[in-house]
Amino acid sequence: MPDTRHEPIRVGIGTPLDRVDGPDKVTGQAHYAAEYAVPNMLYGVIVSGRIARGRITGIDETAARAVPGVVEVLTHRNRPSTPWLDRNYKDELNIPGDPFRALESEHILFSGQPVALVLAETFEAARFAASLVDVSYEAAAHNIDFEASLAERFLPSKKRNSYHPPKNHGDADAAFAAAELKHEARYHLATEHHNPMEMHATTVDWHGDGTLTVYDKNQGSQGVQSYLCNIFGFSKKELRVVNAFVGGAFGSGLRPQYQVYLAVMAAKHTQRSVRVVMTRQQMFTHAHRPEADYTIRLGAEATGKLTSIDGDATTSTSRFENNMEDIVIWGMINYASPNMKGEYCVAPRDTYTSADMRAPGAATGMTLFEIAMDELAYKAKVDPLDFRLLNYSDIDAMYRTPFTSKALREAYRDGAAAFGWDSRSPEPRSMKEGRELIGWGMATGLWTAEFVKTSAKAKLTADGRLEITSATSDIGTGTGTVLVLVAADTLGLPPDRISVRIGDSDLPHSPVQGGSRAAASGGAAVQLACEAVGKRLLKAAEKVDGQPLHAARSIEDVIFADGRMILKSDPSKAVSCADAMQAAGLEVIEEEQTAQPGLADRISQMTRSRNVHSAVFAEVRVDEELGQIRVTRIVNAVAAGRIINPKTARSQILGGVVMGMGMALHEETLGDNRLGRWMNHNLAEYHIPVNADVHDIQVIFVDEPDPDVTPLGVKGVGEIGIVSTAAAIANAIFHATGQRHRSLPITIDKLIGT
Amino acid sequence: MIRFDYARPTDLAEAVREGSGEQVAYLAGGTNLVDLMKENVARPTRVVDITRLPLADIQETEAGGLRLGALATNTETAYDERVRARYPLLSSAILAGATAQLRNAATNGGNINQRTRCYYFYDVGTPCNKRAPGQGCGALGEVNRIHAILGTSPQCIATHPSDMAVALAALKAEVRVTGAEGDRVIPFSDYHRLPSDEPWRDNTLRPGELVTGIDLPPEEFSTNYSYLKLRDRLSYAFALVSVAVAMRLEENRIAEVRIALGGVAHKPWRREEAEDILLGVSPDREAFGRAAEVLLDGAKGQGANDFKIPMARKAIVRALEQAAAGTPQSQTDKRIA
Ligand SMILES: Cc1cc2nc3c(=O)[nH]c(=O)nc-3n(C[C@H](O)[C@H](O)[C@H](O)COP(=O)(O)OP(=O)(O)OC[C@H]3O[C@@H](n4cnc5c(N)ncnc54)[C@H](O)[C@@H]3O)c2cc1C
Ligand code: SF4
Repeated sequence: MPDTRHEPIRVGIGTPLDRVDGPDKVTGQAHYAAEYAVPNMLYGVIVSGRIARGRITGIDETAARAVPGVVEVLTHRNRPSTPWLDRNYKDELNIPGDPFRALESEHILFSGQPVALVLAETFEAARFAASLVDVSYEAAAHNIDFEASLAERFLPSKKRNSYHPPKNHGDADAAFAAAELKHEARYHLATEHHNPMEMHATTVDWHGDGTLTVYDKNQGSQGVQSYLCNIFGFSKKELRVVNAFVGGAFGSGLRPQYQVYLAVMAAKHTQRSVRVVMTRQQMFTHAHRPEADYTIRLGAEATGKLTSIDGDATTSTSRFENNMEDIVIWGMINYASPNMKGEYCVAPRDTYTSADMRAPGAATGMTLFEIAMDELAYKAKVDPLDFRLLNYSDIDAMYRTPFTSKALREAYRDGAAAFGWDSRSPEPRSMKEGRELIGWGMATGLWTAEFVKTSAKAKLTADGRLEITSATSDIGTGTGTVLVLVAADTLGLPPDRISVRIGDSDLPHSPVQGGSRAAASGGAAVQLACEAVGKRLLKAAEKVDGQPLHAARSIEDVIFADGRMILKSDPSKAVSCADAMQAAGLEVIEEEQTAQPGLADRISQMTRSRNVHSAVFAEVRVDEELGQIRVTRIVNAVAAGRIINPKTARSQILGGVVMGMGMALHEETLGDNRLGRWMNHNLAEYHIPVNADVHDIQVIFVDEPDPDVTPLGVKGVGEIGIVSTAAAIANAIFHATGQRHRSLPITIDKLIGT
Repeated sequence: MIRFDYARPTDLAEAVREGSGEQVAYLAGGTNLVDLMKENVARPTRVVDITRLPLADIQETEAGGLRLGALATNTETAYDERVRARYPLLSSAILAGATAQLRNAATNGGNINQRTRCYYFYDVGTPCNKRAPGQGCGALGEVNRIHAILGTSPQCIATHPSDMAVALAALKAEVRVTGAEGDRVIPFSDYHRLPSDEPWRDNTLRPGELVTGIDLPPEEFSTNYSYLKLRDRLSYAFALVSVAVAMRLEENRIAEVRIALGGVAHKPWRREEAEDILLGVSPDREAFGRAAEVLLDGAKGQGANDFKIPMARKAIVRALEQAAAGTPQSQTDKRIA
C-alpha cells in the first residue's frame, strides 16, 4: 500500500478548471486592443464607401480638415507608398487572388470599402470630420445576389492551401440512375457575418525610437506581425503585435483586417501612436461566412443502404480573391457508399471576400448533407438514427483510410439515451402538446483534428512558481486555462502557482488560432517544455543530500505532484522541487520546446484520418399557426479524444450549439442588390439567439482514448458544437410539422406560409 | 455626430423656449436619439435635455384615469402597481419591447416618439425619403422584410416600431403636449400619422412642441386583454406583427373590444369597423377571423414582407382568443401561449 500521506492531489488534464483569466475579464483588468492607454495618441475614424463597384471621382476633404484637432485625412491620393507586389500582402491563410489593400486606388470593389481615414487629436473630432469627407463616385454595374452570381461559378485553378478536393469512387451517376431509392434536392445557407462582441480594433503604440507595439484584435499575433513587417518594412524586432485578450472572433480575425493596416500606415505616416476601431456597421464590410448552394443526390437500396453520394456545391467569394471551403467532402468521408462524387465551385460577387467562420465548410456542408440524409431516411422508412448506423463507416469512406479513432457509435448511443430517442414516434406531426407540435430530429457532426507546429516556454523559479509563455491566442475559448492544466498535470503544481502569458508576437512561435487545434498543439508544446523542466529538476535532485531519488533513471520513474518528485517504485522517497533547485544552486529553470508533427506523424497523417465526431439530438416545439419555433432541448454527444478542461470544453460546445441555433433559425445578412450593400448591419436587425430562445442544452463527452491523433490525445472542441446542430433542428422541424425546409435560416416567414 | 449646443432647462416654459427654432431635438433617455445622432441620421444643432423637467410622475387624473409623465421610464411605468392592476395591457406591451436595460433608460415620451427601424433610414449611405426628402425610398422593392403592409405611400413604407404605442392606441390614451402656442391634448389615434407625401413627419406634433404626459382614460381592461408580439426571435427584436386587444365581456358576449396592430403601418393600426362586428358576439374563432379580415382589408405586401398578411391575420385571431379566455400572453415565459 502506498503511504497515504504521499497520495498526490492532482489537478491536471481532465479537471474542470475555471478560466484563469476570468477574474481579470470581469473586473476590467483584461485589456482588449482598443483599451490600451497610450499617451499622445491620434484617433483614426474610417470613412466607408457608398457604392459596390466603380471608382472614386473626387474627394473633398476641405470641411473635414477644417475641424479643429484634425491632423490628417488619408485617402488613396495622399497615402504613403506601399509595396507593389501582392506577395507582400499575403497573410498566413494565403487565399489565392489579390489581397485587399485599403486606400490603394480609386477603384471600389465592395460597398463599405474604406475610402478615407481621418486622424484627429480626439475621437469626437475624428468622427465628426469623417462625416464631412465628401466622396463622389462613378458607379459600375455590380452584383451581390448569390443566385445571380451562380451563372459565373467556376473552380479556381489555383486552390487555397487548406482546400481538400473531393475524391470520387465508382460511378455515382450510374448508381444513382439505378438506385431503388433516390433523393435529390437543392440546399442553401444564407450569408452570415461573424459578429464577435469585440469590434476589430488596433492601438499602435509608436515608441519614437523606431519601434512600435501594435495591440490588435486578431487570432494570431505572429501572422499579423509578418504581414505588417512585409508591407511597412519593419523588422520583427521593431514591430511587436499583442493580442493578449480577444473578445471573440469566430474566424474574422484569422486574416489581418483593414483597420490594422490603416492604423500602422497612419502611425508610420504621422510618426505617432494611433487607434482605429471599426464600428459595428463596419464589421459587416469584411469577413463573412460564404453563402452556399448545395445540390445533393443520394441513391440507396430499398433497405436504405447508400449506393451513391453525389454533391455539387458553390460558395460565394469576392471578385478579387477565391476563398474556398470544403463543402462536399464531409458526407463522403462519413458514410459508406461504393459510389461517390463531389463537385465544387466558387461564385464571385461584388463584396469583400468571404472567410472562414466557425467550422468553415463543415458547418455548411455537413449540416446541409445531414438534412438530405434525414430526407432519405424517411423515404426508406428507417429511423433517422438507425439510418446513420446502417450507413456507418468504420473507415474514412472518401480517403479510404482508417481513423485514429472514431467513437461516433458511442456518441450516437449515449446521446440517444440521454435524449430518450427510443420513445420517438416515427411519423411527422404525430407528437403534440397543447397547441404545439413536437419534433425530434438528429444529425451527425464531423470536423477535423489537427496538430500544428507550436512552441512554448516553461520557466520555474525557486519560489515554486511556473510561468508558461507562447504566442498562441485565446479568442475566448479558454486556451490559457488549458495550458495551465497541461502544465499542472506535467509538473504536479497547483494551478494557482502557474501563470500563463500568451497573445504576443515576442513569445515562442505559434500559428494563427483556428480549426480547433490550439489546445492540441499548444498543449503539446507546453507538455514538452514542462517535461524538459522536469528533467532538469530530476538532475538537480541528485544534489540533494542522500539522493533519495537515486533509483529514478528518467522522469518516467517519478510522479510530479504537490510540488514534489515522488519515486514511483517507493513513494516514501520524494524530493520537493524547491529543495532540488536549492541544492543545485538554481534560481530559475527555463526551457523552450517545439511540438511538431514528426516524420512518423506526417506519414500517419497520410495513412490515417483524424476527425472529431458528434451526434446531435434536438427537440423543437412549433406553434404552426404563428410560425413560432422553440428549440426546447439539445443533446450534443461529442467524441473529441481527450478533454483537457471539461468546463471550458463544455462551454465551447454550448456556444457552438447556440450559434448552430442561430444558423438554423436566425442568422442572415440581408443584401440590397440595387445598392450592392448589406442592409441589416447592426445587432438589432442581424439576429442571433438571445436567452429567451435558449432552453436545455446537454453536452456529453464520450470516452475516446486516442494516443495517436495528437501528442496529448486531444482533438479539439472549438468547432464541432456548431456542426450539424442546425440540421438536427431542421430535421426536428420536419418531424414536428411535415414541412421540409432546405434553406437556412428557417425564419418565421418560411414557416408561416400564406 | 455633428456639433451641437446643449441646454438642460429645469422648467417647462424654459424648455419650450429652448426648443423653438430649426434643428432642435429634445433629449430624454437618449436610447434612440443618441444612436441616430451617432449615425448622422439626426443632426440637431441644439439638443435640449429635458430630463430635469418635473415630468417623471405617474398620477391619478380627475377623470379617474392615470397620467403617465413623459419622463417616467418605461420600467417605472410597466411596474407601477396602478398600471399593472388597471392597465395590464400597457404593462405587458412595454415589457414586450427592447430589454430591461433599455427600458430602464427609455422614457414614455421618448418611446412614442422613437423613429422607425427601417434599415435605409438608419444608413446615410442609402436613399430614404424620411431622412432626406426627395432621395427616394430605398426599401421599396428591396429589403423590406420589416416594413408596412397597411397605409403605405409611394414615398415611404416604414413602420412605427413602438410596442407601447400599440397598447396606448387600444386603450384610447391621449397625448398631452405643450408648445409656444400653448397646451394641446391629442387623441392617440391622431398622434401618429401615415407617411402620405410627407414621410419625414412621424406624428402631428408641431415644431418645438413637447410631450408632457400621456393620459389613460378611466376605462380599465384588466381581465380580458392580451399583447401578442411576433418577431424573429423570442425577445429583443422589434415586432414583425403585434396585436393589442382590450376586451370587455358581458355574459360571455363581447360588450366592447379594441384591436390595435403594431409592425404593420406607420402608426398603430386600428379600425373601428373591425371592432364593431364583434360587438354582441360570443367569442369564437370564426368571428375573430372576420374581424381580422376587416382590420387587414387592403393590406398589401411589399415583396419580402408578404408573409405579414397571413401572420397578422393569425395573430389577431390568437390575441382575441387569449383576451377572451382571460389568458393573456406572458412576456416572461419563453413561449407563445
Ligand atoms: C436595440 C434596441 C431594441 C429596441 N427594441 C424595442 C422594442 O422591441 N420595442 C419598442 O417599443 N422599442 C424598442 N426599442 C426602442 C426604445 O423603446 C426607444 O429607444 C425608447 O423608448 C426611446 O425612449 P428615450 O427616452 O430613450 O428617447 P430618446 O432617444 O431620448 O428620444 C427619442 C425621440 O423622441 C423625442 N422625444 C423624447 N422625449 C420627448 C418629449 N417628451 N416630447 C417630444 N419629443 C420627445 C426625441 O427628440 C427623439 O426624437 C429598442 C431600442 C433599441 C436601441
Ligand atoms: S420606407 Fe420610409 S424610412 Fe424606409 S427608406 Fe423608405 S422612405 Fe425611408
